[in-house]
Amino acid sequence: MSAPLVEFENVSLSFKGLKALSNINFTVNEDELFAIIGPNGAGKTSAFNCLNGVYKPQEGDIRWRGKSIIGVRPDRIAELGVARTFQNIELFAHMTVLENIMLGRHVRTEVGWLAGGFWLGKAKREEMANRALVEGIIDLLEIQAWRIYPVAMLPYGIQKRVELGRALAMEPELLLLDEPVAGMNLEETEDMARFILDIREELGISMILVEHDMGLVMDIADRVMVLDFGVVIATGTPEVVQRDENVIKAYLGEELDI
Amino acid sequence: MRGRPNLHTKYQFEMGLFPSTTKRVSLVLLGVLALLLPLSALPLFGFLGDAGWMVMINRALIYAIAALGLNLLIGVAGQISLGHAFFMAVGAYTAVVLGGESGRTVWGLGLPMWIWLPAAGVAAALVGIFIAPTAVRVRGLYLAFVTLGLVFVGQFLWRNLGVIAGGPTTGRPWPKLEFALWKGMDPIVSFATDGPLWWWLTPIDWLPWVQIEEMSRHAKTYFFVLFLVIVFGLIAKNLMRTRVGRSWAAIRDRDIAAEVMGVAEAKGKTQAFAISSFYAGLAGAILASVVGRIIPESWNLFFSIEFVVIVLIGGAGTVAGVLMGTFFVVMMPRLVEEATHWLATQVTESGPFAWLGNVIIRSSPDDYLGIVSLEAAGPGLSIFQLNVVLFGVLIIVFLIVEPLGLYGIWIKVRNYWKGWPFTY
Repeated sequence: MSAPLVEFENVSLSFKGLKALSNINFTVNEDELFAIIGPNGAGKTSAFNCLNGVYKPQEGDIRWRGKSIIGVRPDRIAELGVARTFQNIELFAHMTVLENIMLGRHVRTEVGWLAGGFWLGKAKREEMANRALVEGIIDLLEIQAWRIYPVAMLPYGIQKRVELGRALAMEPELLLLDEPVAGMNLEETEDMARFILDIREELGISMILVEHDMGLVMDIADRVMVLDFGVVIATGTPEVVQRDENVIKAYLGEELDI
Repeated sequence: MRGRPNLHTKYQFEMGLFPSTTKRVSLVLLGVLALLLPLSALPLFGFLGDAGWMVMINRALIYAIAALGLNLLIGVAGQISLGHAFFMAVGAYTAVVLGGESGRTVWGLGLPMWIWLPAAGVAAALVGIFIAPTAVRVRGLYLAFVTLGLVFVGQFLWRNLGVIAGGPTTGRPWPKLEFALWKGMDPIVSFATDGPLWWWLTPIDWLPWVQIEEMSRHAKTYFFVLFLVIVFGLIAKNLMRTRVGRSWAAIRDRDIAAEVMGVAEAKGKTQAFAISSFYAGLAGAILASVVGRIIPESWNLFFSIEFVVIVLIGGAGTVAGVLMGTFFVVMMPRLVEEATHWLATQVTESGPFAWLGNVIIRSSPDDYLGIVSLEAAGPGLSIFQLNVVLFGVLIIVFLIVEPLGLYGIWIKVRNYWKGWPFTY
């Protein structure tokens, strides 16, 4: 059997005295929707940042298809096929929706400053081909009406979708979704859930999902890992995790009767 | 598609540099005006072809090249640099060492322009690549201070490297803008001497209302620099609409997110510094060549700040804005001077604006109403001092009231008339 897509092996990350992650172990397989849940400050986003190469864990190993990616630059990891959306929207505020999603094509395009600066045939063809591709993503996410607006002036829910589009434009093999429905109302949440399922079905992209909306997580995740204060307290299918003693105690609260 | 200028049916049209008919038509009009200007053939504005005005317009065009470069760095890539004067100096001194005449105390190889002009840009770009790693280490205000240091290091170098820069108070003569095949040969085209531009174009008799026997050196310099401004303006626009420019803008807006999306930060910043410095080096070499002789003190902090102000007043991140900003900043002192003198004649001739002249101009020490004096040593502010004050006031006003600069004002005016008679 080939190596799993992502493996975390005894990963520990600390900032000075604070242990953000201690001895985290998990694997994400091909075509899996893996969810990470846990209370605020449990280390979910830190795990993403380690995988992205933004943070460098002090101990342990992170492997992409069996190869260690510790110490690899974030842009190289992006090239490998890891895309991400952020908890607090990290769009390029002064660029339009189109430009933001086109930026996602950066790793899959190659025209340099010389060809670009002189608008040579190569640059022109590449821009045009990628523009058509980006339009496909815009159609998929139903943001046609917004495409020429600077993202800073768009409503929150649309910005979240643009961010998802920018990640999709990278043609990733793994998509990291950091709270994709945070702060959304029921309708917007349903829309986003549909987009996530569509992407899975049509594009076959594996995903790691960090989310506080338990309804959504339990509905769409294949497996769930629960973090609390940087420690894994349970991993398994949603049904198993829901019944786990530790999870109920640490996360959902003891008085809840499930 | 009449009346629907934003309807595009092909990506090719939408991605064009000038994606509407209005833009293309006004561009052609602007081009015609720009061609007529140095021939004193503009209706009503023929005086702009006079030597005094042409010298200033040429200076504005040269500044525009440097400002376009700084705009790529500050406006697009978001790296605040106060070191632009330093890079311009690197270009200018590369030019003079390669192209200048050697003497008892100075180095000079006397090479032709087609070598020293591109070399000036390349040398500045190489220094830019050398400086870029600091931009990866420090951000924002701190980068501004590091690049500020460059200006002082540069001034120390130029003052003490007499063999390159000439005497500290005299400078040295720069090579002229002349296109010769090799050193010692007669120039094929000279942009620095009066006379025919190209032998088949003189005397100019193809416009019935223009009588020109020969073309002045200012007009020739104008055409040469205008050509460079157009070329480098287009390159800047092209960079901004393609992959590299987008990656710079991404670094400007969110550097960490840009990295996670696959943009190599160090590479992007290095490219931005190199290309911006290339523009600066080229502009520095042309400026020194047109001025003829520059002392080392000229490449100072104020010079750098002038370019930052041009970018901010014009509109950071836009080519059209930067061009507007350059002309505004370079021409303003002259316009203020003209306006003051005009007001003075209004007072003496009791014209309709005499009251305004009375309020503004201080004619004698007893005249407490006015503040501006016509003589340099007269009572109140001299015109030069007035310009310095206005420069400072403009920076403050623009930063507070219109951060998008002249370009922002233009957009507002345009949108107002687009929607007229409705407010939006």
